[in-house]
Amino acid sequence: MSTETDNDAHQVAKAANASATGKSARKTPINGPKLGLLGTLRWLWRQLTSMRTALFLLLLLAVAAVPGSIFPQRSIDAPRVTSYLQDHKTMGPWLDRLSMFDVYSAPWFAAIYLLLLVSIIGCVVPRIGVHLKALRSPLPRVPRRLGRLPASAERVSAAKQSDVVEATRAVLRRKGYRVRVDEPADGSQAIVAEGGRLRETGNLLFHTCLIVVVLAVAADHLMGWRGDVIVPEGGQPFVSSAGSFNTLDLGPWVHSDDIKPWSLDIKKLDVTFERNVPKDSPQYGQPRDFIASVSTQDPLGSKPVNELLKVNGAVNLGGTSVYLLGNGYAPMVTVRDPSGKVIYQQATPFLPQGNTYKSVGAIKVPAASPKELGFFGMFLPTAAFDSKQGPISTFPDTDRPALVLGAYQGDLFPDALPQSVYTLNTKKMTQVMDGKQPWSAVVYAGQSAKLPDGTTISLDKTVPRWAGLSARYDPGKTTALLAALIGLAGLIMSMTLRRRRIFVKVGVEPDDDAKKPSGAPARTLITAGALAKGEDPRLQVALDSLLEGVGERLASNPKKQQAGS
Amino acid sequence: MNSLTSDLSLGGHATNIGLATTSNNFLYASAVVLLLAMLAFAADLAGHPGRAERAAARREDATEQAAAAGGDGGGTALLERTAAPAAEVPPEKRQWAGIGMSLSWLGALLLGACVVLRAVSVGRPPLGNMYEFSIVGSFFVITAYLIWSLRRDVRSLGIFVVGPTLLTEMLAALVFYTAASQLMPSLKNYWLTIHVTVAILSVAFFTIAFSTTILYFVQKWREDIGDTKYKFMDAVPDSATMDRTTYGLLIIAFPLWTFTLIAGAIWAQIAWGHYWSWDPKEVWTLVIWVVYAAYLHARATAGWSGKKAAYISIAGFVCVLFNFTVVNMFIVGMHSYSGM
Ligand code: HEM
Repeated sequence: MSTETDNDAHQVAKAANASATGKSARKTPINGPKLGLLGTLRWLWRQLTSMRTALFLLLLLAVAAVPGSIFPQRSIDAPRVTSYLQDHKTMGPWLDRLSMFDVYSAPWFAAIYLLLLVSIIGCVVPRIGVHLKALRSPLPRVPRRLGRLPASAERVSAAKQSDVVEATRAVLRRKGYRVRVDEPADGSQAIVAEGGRLRETGNLLFHTCLIVVVLAVAADHLMGWRGDVIVPEGGQPFVSSAGSFNTLDLGPWVHSDDIKPWSLDIKKLDVTFERNVPKDSPQYGQPRDFIASVSTQDPLGSKPVNELLKVNGAVNLGGTSVYLLGNGYAPMVTVRDPSGKVIYQQATPFLPQGNTYKSVGAIKVPAASPKELGFFGMFLPTAAFDSKQGPISTFPDTDRPALVLGAYQGDLFPDALPQSVYTLNTKKMTQVMDGKQPWSAVVYAGQSAKLPDGTTISLDKTVPRWAGLSARYDPGKTTALLAALIGLAGLIMSMTLRRRRIFVKVGVEPDDDAKKPSGAPARTLITAGALAKGEDPRLQVALDSLLEGVGERLASNPKKQQAGS
Repeated sequence: MNSLTSDLSLGGHATNIGLATTSNNFLYASAVVLLLAMLAFAADLAGHPGRAERAAARREDATEQAAAAGGDGGGTALLERTAAPAAEVPPEKRQWAGIGMSLSWLGALLLGACVVLRAVSVGRPPLGNMYEFSIVGSFFVITAYLIWSLRRDVRSLGIFVVGPTLLTEMLAALVFYTAASQLMPSLKNYWLTIHVTVAILSVAFFTIAFSTTILYFVQKWREDIGDTKYKFMDAVPDSATMDRTTYGLLIIAFPLWTFTLIAGAIWAQIAWGHYWSWDPKEVWTLVIWVVYAAYLHARATAGWSGKKAAYISIAGFVCVLFNFTVVNMFIVGMHSYSGM
């Protein structure tokens, strides 16, 4: 009896799995009798699904995840990986060979979590079977000597035996116990109760949900996609298609036709920066709010809808969620040829390099003649000049906007390959000179600068911003969330419920009791014992409080007691 | 100076410097009071050996008297105990422990005032940087202990809980201090409040569980060598009890941390567009979760309970500390909001 109840369900599962001898896996000798192929496989399977292996794999997973947080990761910040490799010429390639820059897609990392997944499935599935059987199995019989159980108690009562039984049954039922009343031959009655069966249910629910979460995340990885794009404020609406995103990251099972066409027009982007702190505070100039007023068409050609797109507030278009993840300035630049004809007029996005939005970029003027013209340099929202660092920006908002530029002439697109909009490819270009010095100029808002040949470049007074948008399609996210929440509920069940068996015998107090006042009517003797699965420090407390509850119930129903039910 | 009403409105961007300073003063006051509480608890522990001897002597007397008197109390209860419990001597009054508890309540109250004033001064929940995490965290630790003390006699553990609380307060004031100010846009979301509050609450439990694990090792060592030198440690329950206590604390902390993980993923989905990006902070949250899951499994695995499981729980807390310090301050990621 006690061996059966002491055994945890896991061991029961293993025993059910194991050979007829019911030997537990960890006791199987490694160099024991020849197992044969099937036997070896079965042995391996039992090893893999054992608690010890799960424990080992969990610790291994924890250790394996760490390097990814220490070394830069390609999937998160590829430029940092490149610069790390440049700085560490000997170590770098070795680390790269060990996938230290792609930890979470490395084969060894996958091996750990796949083994864990197999282990957990192999562990949970048989346990579900065992548990379902246990839920329907009859309650055990009352052990002979309740005093030997881990918790026990004895009480006497003047109440009638049947009332005590009835009260005990009622109290146990209210606590959610499964109860059976036995009538052994000797005239006494026995109550067998079992509670906390939902603990194992909760535990199985938790482990099953864990499997579902992993599968949902895998589904996102395989079937999801992400597209990033920069859209200037007040410019052309963005129309989604496989070719229109600046970068597109498709899962292995995604087809580029799956991207539905919709459009998004950024009418205005409001950004607020912190000014209400001392200038030397690290919080000075920190961004406080980004809000974009947008007009969208979903599907393309339908009636435009006005919406607000915020950080932390995505809009849903064509099955994807579109997020506002970045912003910067797209200064309006006009270039005129020496005759005054406009050859370039465009909001040109510059890429911010830090908290003060000092931004780098390039202005490409293919319409210039006789040679194509390209400007490179910086946009400074609040320009200032530092004796050491040169041109800097002291505040992220456009208090004193300026462009600091140099120029190249020649072939802008030498090898007809796609190139970054923020840099010039100067392979087939020569720098524009002003006498012996390279030409350079600072152009403040509303002003212009002249190249030696008479070409002018001017900067508009108002500087539009651009918004960095990210469209995301994650088909598994709802499943993952639901499974996680249900799993959490299961976890709480498995942590708070206690699996207990309680046995109560109700009989007549024996006459030979020395303490019994002589001549008094026979009283009812109640003996109780309790047993828990696993450790349960509050078992005795629970038993005592149960009996207290029985006493209270008897006391609160005196009438019924008198009437003798 | 801004008017108070604009400071109280959540949308306002103003930060009330005066209130923030008052909040800091409450922190210093709380630290002083908790230091005194620690001294009182230390005095109580030091008095334990003498107390134990006197109690033994009185117990002998009491047993003799009980034998002489005999019989049980009788009564009207419908369910009576058949055997009277063994003679219990009323325990000696532990004055120093009482003073320690009172001072702990006072220190917690002052710390609570510090947290509330900080919140009012910035017009948002004080969960925006490491300084604020530390003050809220130490408040949760001491509060959890005080609530626990209402249900059980945990006075002997006082010094081991108030100690870490005080240490955290001092670190907050001296190392992590960040002037009161507003948040980055991506941090303005109620999921952040939920995520961070629950995270700090679970860290509070992890911290107390760490203390009890250390006590487990100390008591285990004393039991193994039959120590008689550090008799004052007899006031602290034995290693088996400390082991169970650790487990009890961690089964509260683990679901809370699981929720932290889920709430963090929800927030990341809202703010960054994806619920999981392997950001260093996310990685460490997962690592901590996995290590404590390993602890729970260890306790259910034959041959792993006791010391080995305790080592895993120590490893878990090392990860918690690493996550809070090194990851916040030195590792580049999207969570760089230490404000330092
Ligand atoms: C990612 C992997 C896993 C996680 C996070 C995890 C987590 C947990 C947690 C939190 C508990 C609750 C412990 C308690 O009630 O005290 C638990 C219990 C349990 N786990 Fe896992 N588990 C994982 C994998 C596995 C695997 C692979 C197995 C099978 C070998 C397994 C078998 C069990 C068993 C049998 C219990 C019940 C222990 C008891 O009742 O005390 N788990 N697990």
